[in-house]
Amino acid sequence: MEKYVNVPLMEGAAELKAGDYVYLSGTIYTARDAAHKRMYEALERGEQLPFAMENNVIYYMGPSPARPGRPIGSAGPTTSGRMDKYTPALLDLGLKGMIGKGKRNPAVRDAIVRNSAVYFAAVGGAGALLSQSILSSEVIAYEDLGTEAIRKLEVKNFPVIVVMDAEGNNLYGD
Amino acid sequence: MRTLNVSEIVRNIKEMCIEANHFLAEDMKCAMKCAAEQENSPLGRQILNQLQENLVIAGQEMIPICQDTGMAVVFLEIGQEVHFEGGLLEEAVHEGVRQGYTEGYLRKSVVKDPLIRENTKDNTPAVIHYEMVPGDQVRITVAPKGFGSENMSRIFMLKPADGIEGVKEAVLTAVREAGPNACPPMVVGVGIGGTFEKCAVMAKKALTRPLDRRSDIPYVREMEEELLEKINLSGIGPGGLGGSTTALAVNIDTYPTHIAGLPVAVNICCHVNRHAVREI
Repeated sequence: MEKYVNVPLMEGAAELKAGDYVYLSGTIYTARDAAHKRMYEALERGEQLPFAMENNVIYYMGPSPARPGRPIGSAGPTTSGRMDKYTPALLDLGLKGMIGKGKRNPAVRDAIVRNSAVYFAAVGGAGALLSQSILSSEVIAYEDLGTEAIRKLEVKNFPVIVVMDAEGNNLYGD
Repeated sequence: MRTLNVSEIVRNIKEMCIEANHFLAEDMKCAMKCAAEQENSPLGRQILNQLQENLVIAGQEMIPICQDTGMAVVFLEIGQEVHFEGGLLEEAVHEGVRQGYTEGYLRKSVVKDPLIRENTKDNTPAVIHYEMVPGDQVRITVAPKGFGSENMSRIFMLKPADGIEGVKEAVLTAVREAGPNACPPMVVGVGIGGTFEKCAVMAKKALTRPLDRRSDIPYVREMEEELLEKINLSGIGPGGLGGSTTALAVNIDTYPTHIAGLPVAVNICCHVNRHAVREI
């Protein structure tokens, strides 16, 4: 089923079902390996995160540099499984959605169900196409990490597929 | 003896890094087009069509096909009549990568130390494989390798008694475990024989063989065809979301090995199987 959904995901995450083809519009945040590690360490020290998790969506993505006049370079998903170690803690803080590609571990699936969240896949290796749905990009934290810095993105009709939903369904199979 | 200034290496590698990250070779483009026409699953077809569109946008707007513009793997087949002047060959390769990734707006994905993990900020160093060949030419292959699929690659040190069935099972195991993580449809490079490191380099190089060219060895060709069919019956499909297109090709190379061993390396590449080739 095709759906048009605004992000942050205020109430709608629980209604999204595995297999839905969804176009996201609004604000999302990028974070991949190094940013997750830093956020996790910040939580362990009792510090605040660079952005509030509540209702937000994280896109596992590190873009290529933008050419002059463009908001971003190539911008497709990276493999989500590398973030599994850090993800349940973020979901328990209110994170509602993740965009990536590939399988998640059982701990992430349980945390998705527990928090009525959702895991989306974007098409891996379609970074040029996906960049066309990104209107703006701004580094908001960890600038020294280069491509791995946390970015705030404005997206319009960003195409994703629901892989894991709040009921524990998994489009990849178990 | 032919003298070649290493500045020629720098210039060519720089251009090839940019070319490979924006344009797929003809054989890859063809295979992707065929796959989109033949895919059974509607969602799979939709994904393959998006990947076709992605290639068009990449070339027209000069946006890298994938944001993971890879670690630069460079194969140099050097004619033994060639003499290099003007500097170190190895440094010239790194300089070409440095210039290509910086001037071409390509992502810098390399960290200086595998555990300390500080980005080198210019995507150097490259991984270079040298081979001495007859003649006075240098054949350069630049194959930027993304790590979504690299991470799903495997080496199996099989026993001779495992035989051809063991080899097939090893390849299928690697592909099954890779699943959606490796950005299917994938290309599967396999090296059989040699030693631990030799089979891995063969598997990597096999990925650069044109997809429409099968092995010259009859039993290897049969194995390539059989494995491709079996992989495409796995149902993994485009993006790992189901369908009849999981791999575009299986390219296998072999080498003599030890009486006690049967090494098998499976190097998986995503559908952005990049390689630029030039002879200078």
